[in-house]
Amino acid sequence: MRNILSVAGKELRQYFHSPIAYLVITIYAVLCGYFFYALTGTFVMESFRMQMGGGAMPMSLNDMVVRPLFAGILTVVLLLLAPLITMRLFAEEKRTGTIELLLTSPLTDLQIILGKFFGALGLYLALALLTFLYVGLLFLYGNPDLKPILANALGFVLFGAALLSLGMWVSTFTRNQIIAAVVSFALFLMLFVLDWISSLSSTAAGRVLSYLSLTTHFDSFTKGVIDSSDLVYFLSIIVLGIFLTARSVEALKGRP
Amino acid sequence: MIEVEHLTKRYGPTHAVTDVSFRVETGEVLGFLGPNGAGKTTTMRVITGYLPPTEGTVRVSGFDVTEQPIEAKRRTGYLPESPPVYPDMTVAEYLSFAGRIKGVARRDLKKRVGEVSEKCAVADVQRRQIGRLSKGYRQRVGLAQALIHNPEVLVLDEPTAGLDPKQIIETRELIRNLAGQHTVVLSTHILPEVSKTCERVVVISGGKVVAVGKPDELTRRLQGFGTVLLTAEGPADQIKERIERVGGVNLVEQREILEGRATFEVHAGKDQDVRAELARAVVESQWKLLELRASGMSLEDIFLKLTTEDLTEQN
Repeated sequence: MRNILSVAGKELRQYFHSPIAYLVITIYAVLCGYFFYALTGTFVMESFRMQMGGGAMPMSLNDMVVRPLFAGILTVVLLLLAPLITMRLFAEEKRTGTIELLLTSPLTDLQIILGKFFGALGLYLALALLTFLYVGLLFLYGNPDLKPILANALGFVLFGAALLSLGMWVSTFTRNQIIAAVVSFALFLMLFVLDWISSLSSTAAGRVLSYLSLTTHFDSFTKGVIDSSDLVYFLSIIVLGIFLTARSVEALKGRP
Repeated sequence: MIEVEHLTKRYGPTHAVTDVSFRVETGEVLGFLGPNGAGKTTTMRVITGYLPPTEGTVRVSGFDVTEQPIEAKRRTGYLPESPPVYPDMTVAEYLSFAGRIKGVARRDLKKRVGEVSEKCAVADVQRRQIGRLSKGYRQRVGLAQALIHNPEVLVLDEPTAGLDPKQIIETRELIRNLAGQHTVVLSTHILPEVSKTCERVVVISGGKVVAVGKPDELTRRLQGFGTVLLTAEGPADQIKERIERVGGVNLVEQREILEGRATFEVHAGKDQDVRAELARAVVESQWKLLELRASGMSLEDIFLKLTTEDLTEQN
């Protein structure tokens, strides 16, 4: 456990030593902020119009701001940013030769992998925190439902963690961070597209694809529902990512 | 101590190391000598647990590196050819991290970092980013990392590579001081380094062990024949033929021909001084004798002989 924390701490420190952490946080803050602004603005205008028009329809902040923010926009933003977080995890170690330090120290492969995963997750949680600062603002001026927002939070973390574990796996293939980032991005994109394709077809195959899709499972969280099958799904992806990384690291040791 | 038994490492069709066996006794400094590509680094990577062996067993302090890797690695300090440093970390941060992952207790960490920095002469750059340090400093930080957990066994891959002469002397001094408290294996292709720091030598070439022994033992064993260098002016083939006929001469090797002057390496039986006979042979044949001297066998000669002979055998 101490080893896992040591590695995680090192990863976090390295993220913040380089421009990457600041770049990712800034891009995220700007995008998240912009969309939050746009959605809240729309909400305000709509509620104005409702008041003007007489009959007021109950409008929910959750439905009009929180849900679109998470389900529609943030998932896409993560598609772009997650590869930037994971690209250096193993690629840089391979390039600089420091992987030799890790693999010849009394650490198990799993400790190394989990340490890196938690380091990446740590940076990701900084992004999550930012998001929920924005959402928290809603409470100052409006009356959104807390429970669905908490469900969103959980879904957001699990969704990100799943992407990170897969991105980490991809990072083990190459010494080149750029290649790792691009391939991760392609992988995530394919997983996203699965959802779009599956929503078009209603055949059995379509339903299977839909089950496999990341965004489908995230959807219920955004609706405020915590479904155990969705939890299992995300945890399985995370475990899969870690397992694949472990196999890949073992293969690394076979080569000169 | 280190026990390597019938170690073989293959990558697909490539045989990097074949049936290598040797022991390093506790407290000993063993030199691992061989040309580039001989399998030195591969062997070291197996000893340190980085690569799994294809066949054979390696034990460090009694622990099998495949069966009990954590125990073995806890007792091993490793400096690879290229020091595994994180360029964006400061020296202090890096050594702290290394100490932590190698099992140094939290309360001892700061003290150990200080001690090992002093020992490796990197105490004055504690707060500098490693990426900004010179090669010499980086190498020493790498050595510090190998020592931080006070391991029983040290594996050093070309520890003086890239250092300036002063730093080389300092590093060698450091290694000599480590002997006794630590078991050391160091690999090098710099021959004087071996005679200066190592008690015993394993010579490896083409993935196989070619010789084992104390440096001066090897010298004596292989300096079986006295060697004489002869330079004469005249037709090279005829000179060669004539001196081959001198009594006691086993082998004449033509070394070079420059402007009509031919140089030969003449190998005779052990303790047979054929110089007078050679001189007479050359002069009587009306050729000009320009140089005649006994040539001892240095470690360089042994090295070349062992390693190039091996290569031609393979061919």
